[in-house]
Amino acid sequence: MALDSKVPEGPIQDKWTNYKNKINLVNPANKRHIDIIVVGTGLAGGSASATLAELGYNVKAFAYQDSPRRAHSIAAQGGINAAKNYQGDGDSTYRLFYDTVKGGDYRSREANVYRLAEVSSNIIDQCVAQGVPFARDYGGLLDNRSFGGVLVSRTFYAKGQTGQQLLLGAYSAMNRQIARGKIEMYNRHEMLDVVIVDGKARGIIARNLVTGEIERHSAHAVVIASGGYGNVYFLSTNAMGSNVTAAWKIHKKGAYFANPCYTQIHPTCIPRSGDYQSKLTLMSESLRNDGRIWVPKHLDDVKAIREGRKKPTELSEDERDYYLERRYPAFGNLVPRDVASRAAKERCDAGYGVNATGEAVYLDFASAIERYGKEQVKIHNISNPSKEKITALGEKIIEAKYGNLFQMYEKIVDENPYKTPMMIYPATHYTMGGVWVDYNLMTTIPGCYCIGEANFSDHGANRLGASALMQGLADGYFVLPYTIGDYLAQDIRTGKIPTNSPEFEEAEKTVKTRIDYFVNNKGSKSVDYFHKRLGKVMWDKVGMSRNEKGLKEAMAEIKQIREEFWKDVKVPGNADEMNPELEKAGRVADFLELGELFAKDALMREESCGGHFREESVEDSGEQQGEAKRNDKDFAFVAAWEYKGEPADAVLHKEQLEFKDIELKQRSYK
Amino acid sequence: MNLTLKIWRQKDASSKGQMVDYNVTDISEHMSFLEMMDVLNEQLIDVGEEPVVFDHDCREGICGMCSMYINGQAHGPDRAITTCQLHMRTFKDGDTITIEPFRAAAFPVIKDLVVDRSAFERIQQAGGYISVNTSGNTQDANAIPISKYAADEAMDAATCIGCGACVATCKNSSAMLFVGAKVSQYALLPQGQIEAADRVRNMVEQMDLEGFGNCTNTGACEVECPKGISLDNIARMNRELIKASV
Amino acid sequence: MSRFFKSSIGRKVAMALSAFFLMIFLLQHFAINILSVFSAELFNEVSHFMGTNWLIQFVMQPVLIFAIIYHFIMGFVLELKNKKAQGVPYYKNNGAANSTWMSRNMIYSGLVILAFLVLHFADFWVHEINVKYINIAPTDPGRYYHELTEKFVPIWRVVFYSVAFVLLGLHLAHGFTSAFQSIGSTAGRKRALQKLGKAYSIIIPLGFIIIALYHHFNHH
Repeated sequence: MALDSKVPEGPIQDKWTNYKNKINLVNPANKRHIDIIVVGTGLAGGSASATLAELGYNVKAFAYQDSPRRAHSIAAQGGINAAKNYQGDGDSTYRLFYDTVKGGDYRSREANVYRLAEVSSNIIDQCVAQGVPFARDYGGLLDNRSFGGVLVSRTFYAKGQTGQQLLLGAYSAMNRQIARGKIEMYNRHEMLDVVIVDGKARGIIARNLVTGEIERHSAHAVVIASGGYGNVYFLSTNAMGSNVTAAWKIHKKGAYFANPCYTQIHPTCIPRSGDYQSKLTLMSESLRNDGRIWVPKHLDDVKAIREGRKKPTELSEDERDYYLERRYPAFGNLVPRDVASRAAKERCDAGYGVNATGEAVYLDFASAIERYGKEQVKIHNISNPSKEKITALGEKIIEAKYGNLFQMYEKIVDENPYKTPMMIYPATHYTMGGVWVDYNLMTTIPGCYCIGEANFSDHGANRLGASALMQGLADGYFVLPYTIGDYLAQDIRTGKIPTNSPEFEEAEKTVKTRIDYFVNNKGSKSVDYFHKRLGKVMWDKVGMSRNEKGLKEAMAEIKQIREEFWKDVKVPGNADEMNPELEKAGRVADFLELGELFAKDALMREESCGGHFREESVEDSGEQQGEAKRNDKDFAFVAAWEYKGEPADAVLHKEQLEFKDIELKQRSYK
Repeated sequence: MNLTLKIWRQKDASSKGQMVDYNVTDISEHMSFLEMMDVLNEQLIDVGEEPVVFDHDCREGICGMCSMYINGQAHGPDRAITTCQLHMRTFKDGDTITIEPFRAAAFPVIKDLVVDRSAFERIQQAGGYISVNTSGNTQDANAIPISKYAADEAMDAATCIGCGACVATCKNSSAMLFVGAKVSQYALLPQGQIEAADRVRNMVEQMDLEGFGNCTNTGACEVECPKGISLDNIARMNRELIKASV
Repeated sequence: MSRFFKSSIGRKVAMALSAFFLMIFLLQHFAINILSVFSAELFNEVSHFMGTNWLIQFVMQPVLIFAIIYHFIMGFVLELKNKKAQGVPYYKNNGAANSTWMSRNMIYSGLVILAFLVLHFADFWVHEINVKYINIAPTDPGRYYHELTEKFVPIWRVVFYSVAFVLLGLHLAHGFTSAFQSIGSTAGRKRALQKLGKAYSIIIPLGFIIIALYHHFNHH
């Protein structure tokens, strides 16, 4: 099947408006005869459920947690971008569009990104109307901050909990519709398959996680909003339950999976402390505004630090290697996430990692504390201040800016980051890849949509800070509710979809068979054992830096682990009760397939772009020597994979990317 | 370190539960409490026993899913944290730790340490929202200036993660800190004024219907709240209800 | 309005309002009783006024009785409801970690106060009603001081009074500021009011104890 992105004709700034004017609509009286299933209730799923219900559709929403409010969107800290230009600093829809395409290393679809930038300011209006308590200045107007490598202040925020507040906003809108009976909420339910009837998505099979009951749910359209697949690495900043299952199930039933190898590794996370580690904790990127990143210059100092004979504060300035400032004098510590992460890995691989695991670098606030302290001394006209006084004043400023992050760090690591440098290391954070969708956000299965992080659409090969929240809400509040109507207009006379058809029968049987297999397998190893092994292969060979040999090995090893998993996995308990091990088994089984496709995609893409870095594709000379090298001639396409049984047999479909409004350039941070 | 754990085990909602003793060894002080539970569960799976079921998800203190009563305190002995943020360095080698589910008649146990907090959902559905449709052409976000003071205070109330520690820790199993926080968030913002009277009446009515107890101002909820939600929010809710009723 | 007083918050507000009334009454009662330490005549004079003034007798007294009964009954009703709301008790509960003993045991301090009030009513109030409205004895404006001091002769009563007032102090130590919180004022959480509450909950009960002891040891 040829991929049709269905991008409307016309100049980029008019596409969305013209398109909306022409698409089919469903009249309000007919909407009440149409059911829509939404899987996932994060920013994308929650906002879509609420809006679709407001419009009059009957929505059934599913969440594996005990409340929609617990979806992992809640953990986003920094903020949400919108081209409001409230600061009058020259921001515009075009600039946000441009920054996003460039930040994504020219691997996203122009028309989608432009639309995202276009609706971004509506999001802020909508959220304020809902009572989201964004930060304000003393005049009572909304405050903005600047974020990750852009030249304007367009990020709206609510303390360090922007994701939480936006999700609670969407959740409140959902609650209103649940109270009106327009949303039926299924908490503690997990989607285990999609049901296709006559080539269209017509329902799902879900497991009630409390009773273990397998349920059939029908609808005229199915929306997948189940988030990213970062947990394929076992350790990531995702929630423990975040999984690829819903997206993978639709992939297996015909939805193409696009660019799985585009993964964002976030540079400022708290390093792993031991093998028992269950997840990684992210600290806001804003820390890099004031923190300086370094490792010791000499290996004997590294050794002394690891053995506890030396403290980092004892190293003099010329015994330290501020490697980002050294390599990227123009952007220094503020290079984009992918660049910062790779540079940390490069130093640690060379043996300069500063903790016991060898995977940590310092993020040092000493010079910022001194700088702020001296500033305060001037402001308060203190003559002959002691060094202690300067430090105390500086620490106060740092505390006001990052107090909650410092506190979080201290709780986890048990070290005072005001006195000794923080240790950080990159961790998997976000997946730009995902289910392929067209301009309508529909997958290659008719009637099956995919929104938010679960789809591939807007961030290309790298996502900018504060853009994930924007995309989730744009898809859910403002894009899908329009585009889905175009499809559903043909369904106004269909009537309720029966759940007793052979297709439902068949799907339910498959799901039950698999569950029974797990509980009856009685193997010898726990699910986590396999998940950890998969994670290690992914991190070592399909992580921040990849090469052909490693990727080929990874594919073989993952296949091997998958085979062992099916033979030897041990799932205690029964199918007809609450059974988290059984839930995990199903999710890990899907990760074990996705992981291989992930490696295959990375192997195919013989270029370095954004979060995907191929060691074979680097600049070999000139100023940019050693930096990532994109290959626009051969790889300016979306890689959409079609499922063919084994992940290794997946068939590649290319959607060529055209850049009419933006000139392709190499990203330079030197 | 080596520890003895006394954990509430209960097969399902209708079964009777009991405290069961377990031993774990070689626990690192850098582990989080839930990682210690993971170790226990791996151990149980190894010997063919059913692992202890507990709620957890984000493991960074924001989703509000984790919910244990540890050594007689909601989210354990440390302050301003959730269970997932509790670290083993808080305990000593040889300690006995009791682990129970959050208790309240309105939070029935589903299994082991997992409780049903859907009462919170229904309270929110009774009025925890502003009735505004997603049109994309609501007025401009800066059309209503809101004082920084009100916005910050609304944010402090809105920071509630809905974990239920307030209920669990309250000797009366009262949900007033949770409901008070939600009522306060909207009461402090101009957007919330239009429906203010109905909102507080309906949410309080639902709260009472769910079988939560009555607040006697012991203040335990505020102390145990992982997000430090202030008791002032309960006072504000009381005020709002008085205002709505007279 | 009836919906309000049926709600949990409405009942809490009603508890607070009756508490405010009782606290004012207690202050007034104390002010009169302390006179007995300084001057028998003055005490008799004021007592006579209180005992014969129609406003006090026929308006304030019924309100007081209503407030006392309401405060107790509602206290018990809420306690029972709250017990029910708790469901299965904890195996281990460390209440002291996050709240004061007083705040957690209002029902027990209240019960002791109730026991005290039964005795107190039997000692004084029943007697008063008997003298004034049933036997209609001739008015003797000088009898009050004598009646008061008589009661504090037996040591058991003094001890019981003292214990009851200690408990009253503990009840007030939480109740004073709690009542403000209940009516929706955050004043109860302000330092000044907390200090006032502390002072009130110590001085008043202690004063009553001193009065009892004074009369016990000064009885001739």
